[in-house]
Formats: sequence, structure tokens, C-alpha cells
Amino acid sequence: MIQRQSVRPLGLTLLILTIVVILSVIFAISIGPVQIPPFDVWQIALYRMGFIEQGAWSLAHENIVWLIRMPRTLMAIFVGAGLAVVGVTMQALVRNTLADPYLLGISSGASVGAVLAIGVGLFRFAGVYAVSLGAFLGAIVAFILVFTLAQQNGRVTPQRFILAGLAISYLFSGLTSFITLTSDDRELAEQLLAWLLGSLARADWIDLTLPALVLAIGTLFLLLQARSLNSLAMGDETAATLGVDLDKLRRQLFIVASLVTGVMVAVSGAIGFIGLMIPHIVRLIIGVDHRWVLPVSLFIGAIFLIWVDLFARTAFAPEELPVGVITALLGGPFFLWLMYTTGQEGN
Amino acid sequence: MILETKGVDWSANGKKIVQDISLHINEGEFVGLIGPNGSGKSSLLRAIYRILRPNAGHIILNGQEVWQQSAREVAQQTAVVAQETHIEFSFTVHQIVAMGRNPHKGMFDRDTAEDLTLIEAALERVGMTNFHGRDFRTLSGGEKQRVLIARALTQQTPFIILDEPTNHLDIRYQLEILELIKTLEVTKLAALHDLNLAATYCDRLYLLRDGQILAHGSPQQVLTSSLIKEAYGVYAEVGRHPITGQLHLAFAPSSE
Repeated sequence: MIQRQSVRPLGLTLLILTIVVILSVIFAISIGPVQIPPFDVWQIALYRMGFIEQGAWSLAHENIVWLIRMPRTLMAIFVGAGLAVVGVTMQALVRNTLADPYLLGISSGASVGAVLAIGVGLFRFAGVYAVSLGAFLGAIVAFILVFTLAQQNGRVTPQRFILAGLAISYLFSGLTSFITLTSDDRELAEQLLAWLLGSLARADWIDLTLPALVLAIGTLFLLLQARSLNSLAMGDETAATLGVDLDKLRRQLFIVASLVTGVMVAVSGAIGFIGLMIPHIVRLIIGVDHRWVLPVSLFIGAIFLIWVDLFARTAFAPEELPVGVITALLGGPFFLWLMYTTGQEGN
Repeated sequence: MILETKGVDWSANGKKIVQDISLHINEGEFVGLIGPNGSGKSSLLRAIYRILRPNAGHIILNGQEVWQQSAREVAQQTAVVAQETHIEFSFTVHQIVAMGRNPHKGMFDRDTAEDLTLIEAALERVGMTNFHGRDFRTLSGGEKQRVLIARALTQQTPFIILDEPTNHLDIRYQLEILELIKTLEVTKLAALHDLNLAATYCDRLYLLRDGQILAHGSPQQVLTSSLIKEAYGVYAEVGRHPITGQLHLAFAPSSE
């Protein structure tokens, strides 16, 4: 009678995780070149949201909290949550726990699209959403390429997947570098290079709308498909015999995963390994049922990136590390450990 | 009649794997599909459970063409115990059996007390009551088959298809699994490797060779020396099983 999961513990878990997210946000915002008491952070946020009257804090503190650190921390939440959820989705879709938007080249595809939008000025018709549109299109092209290349006689092996992902990842990274380095605008090229490493430093309130929207819609869709994701994780044929319309579900997952990845890459560059690490840790703790893994990964991904970004901007202050560098430093060894332990299970 | 196929053809890479197969299965029967390796047993089953779309012919399930029904509609009528494949995720036994409810669930439906009762009953039926929380991947071959049969039962379908359910099992589990399958109160179609097991447990057999039906009928009608020689190229002596008294085959290379 173990693992008789019912709805109530999930609700409780999510409530606790929400509280952890809020506490992390307050703490992260209070830390920086200018220290702001956590209570003031809380009060300023409540005031700006219209819940309470203005208090005794300085306008400088208010601006730091509300205009600089708050949007950045919210961006960390959306990007961390989004990449974790995409990781869960891709792992079920390709039935490989090593799948991750960064490792499989999806982020690289998104980068190409974004760089084409920023550097070359493609997709100008989309206005402020040009970069996001470019990143989405790049992501979906990369995803479909990897999926197609990984197939052999209609079957996909985990090894082929990783190899196809690597190849596409290199190809698109090369393309991105090429476009960036051949750009005439040196300043723009430098900006692009900094962005490519993954950073939340330029987050602004206006940038938050699209990631928030895409995250909400994408997550809602995936949660409604959680049962089908369970069936899919058992194998294509099993999923079909359990009533899943494979082609349709695959198409939808391609689009959702590419959309979330694209939009997150557009605002933050390529932050790797979150989609690999978070779902894996979550599965170790609460099991593999997607009705649980999806929402819990969303929260853990958000919390994780809040703290990593806090570290990135404070550890070597006044210098700031690109957040993608830290996730890579954590993710590389994690990947190796996963590869080692997964290999042992197979024997 | 629960299932009928008419003139089903299926080819892969220009090679005809399944040719002009017409068969029928009546309600409550246990029908065996036998034939040498590569004779098209698995492909035919996969066409029947709506994975491979035939190039020609009809597959009619409960009076309706399967390819005119959705995967979900077919899954509400047919449960499949396929050959085991590697699973990457550590699903528990309970979670796997619970997936049998998926074809009956909408996007907004939660697990109900009725679902839990069905899961419980299915696990009890296959003798796996104490395995709810176990990682499926740590089970033995026989235990895995039992769990997959429990999932099929949870699916609450009138028809179950099994693709070599005794493959890779040692003899004790082969007999246990087939005893279990025989007692299920549904219509069953199984591809079987072992002719003696097929003789013992099936009501009727279809013998395939090179994608075509070579013979069909009761085990006595199908499992004759001449037909086995024709299908497998070996010599078979048809006798009686010393314990059960049922049809029993002894084999020798055809040169003997």
C-alpha cells in the first residue's frame, strides 16, 4: 500500500513550496551591493501591489527592490520553472532521462533564431516579440531535426538521441558564433556573447509578460496531459495501446517544449542543465508519476534558479558571473554522475 | 464475433510480412497464433491492435473497422500485453497497473475509489497484492508479465491480446502465466512460441508461415506431423501427454 498518492499531500507539498519560493524571493532581493532588510522588501512589494500604505523606507530602496531586483528574481522563477518543466516533457517524449533542452541542442537552435532576430533583424514584423519568435522557431527546427536524426527504422535509441543532440548543438552553436562574430556592430556582438552565456541581469518588468504567459499556458497544457505523459514514458507502442494519439501528442509536445524553451532563451540566453538536474532530483524524491513530477519540478526549478542567480550576482561582487556558467559547473558533474549510475542500472 | 480480419496485407521495405490474412475470433475463445520466427505473428498482432496500418484488408473489432476508430476507442475494447521493452523510468507496480485506467479517463478526471478497487482487484487476480510500491524494473520476468496482465485487466476490456507472454520465462512461470491467462473471463488472442503450450491451453490455433495462414482449427487439426513439417521443417510425432493426457508433440530434425 505504499505510494498511494492522493491529492491532499500534493496540495500540501505545493503550499510548502510556494512559501519557500516567497521566502527565497524576499531573501534574494534583500541581498546585494545595497543590503535591504527583508521586512522592508516584503513591505515594499505589498505597497507596490496596492495592499498597504507607503512606509518609512527610502525611495532609493523602493526602486532597487521594485525596479531592479524584483523583475530579475521573477525572471529567475519563470526561466527556472520553464526549463525544468521542459526537461520533464522532453524526457518523457524521448524516453531518456538524460534529455535536456540544452544538451539536445534545442537551446542552441533557439539561440540561432534569437541572434538572427537581434543581429540580422529578421522577424521584425513581430515587433518586441521578434527575438522570442525567432528563438521559438529556432527551437522547433532544432527539436525536429534531432528527433528525425535520432530515428533509425522508426525506432529511437537513447544513444542516437544524445549523439544527434550533440551534433545539432554544435552545428547551431557554430552558426550562432558565426552570425555574432561576422556582425559589423562590435558592441552588439559583445552583448550577444554575454547573453549567450546565460544571464538574467537585463530583466525588466516589460520582459516578464511573455515568459509568464507562456509558462502558465504551457504548464497547464502539460498538467492536463500528465496521464498521457505517463503512458508515453512506457514506450510508444504501449502508449498507443493505452489510448494515446501518438502523432497528435508528439506534435503538441514539440510545440509546447519549443515555445517554452524559445521564450526562456530569448530572455535569458542559454542556461543549461536545469532541465536535466531538477526533474531527476524530483523523481528521486517523489517518484515518476508526471502528475506529481510536473508541478513539483516547476517549483524546484524556480527555487533553484533564484538561488543560483543570487550566487551569480553576489559571490564575486562587484563582478557578476553569467548564471549559465554556474549551472554548467553544477550540471556537468551531475550529468557524469547520472551517466555512471544509469549505466549500472542497465547491467 | 469479437474480431474479424479480411485479406490483411502488410509489407515493410517492399517485403510482404503479412499476406491476405483472414481470421475470426469468437467471444470467450482463447485463440493461439503459432508459426516459426519471422512468420508474421507479431506484425499481424500489431496490425490488429492498431499500431501497423495494413496496406490492404480490413480489421473489424466489435463490428467496426479499427482504423476508423481512435486509439482511445480501440484501447477501451482491447488490452495488449506486448513483449517487454526496456523502461527508462522507475514506475511502481501500482502506477503501471493504474495506467490501465487511462483510456477511460478525460483530461480533468482524477483517480477515483472505483479505480483503486479495480487496481486492487487486478493485482489480487494475478497474485501480486504485496507489490504495490515495488519498482517495476526490479521484478522478475514472470512477475513483470503478471503486472502487465493486471494492467490489461484494469483496462476492463472484453478482449486481450498477448504477444508471446511466456517468452524468456522458465518453465514454471510459463505454466503459471498460461494457467492465469486461460482463466481470465475475456476473449484472448496470443502469439505463442511453444507448440505444446499452445496445444494445452488454446481453443483454436492459426498456424502462420511466411505471413500466410497455413492452417487453422482445433489443436488436433492444426498440430499434425505433416503441417508441422511444412511450417517448421522438422519432424513431429503426435502423441499424448503422459500426465495430462492432452495432445503432445515430440520433435526431431527432419533428416532423422
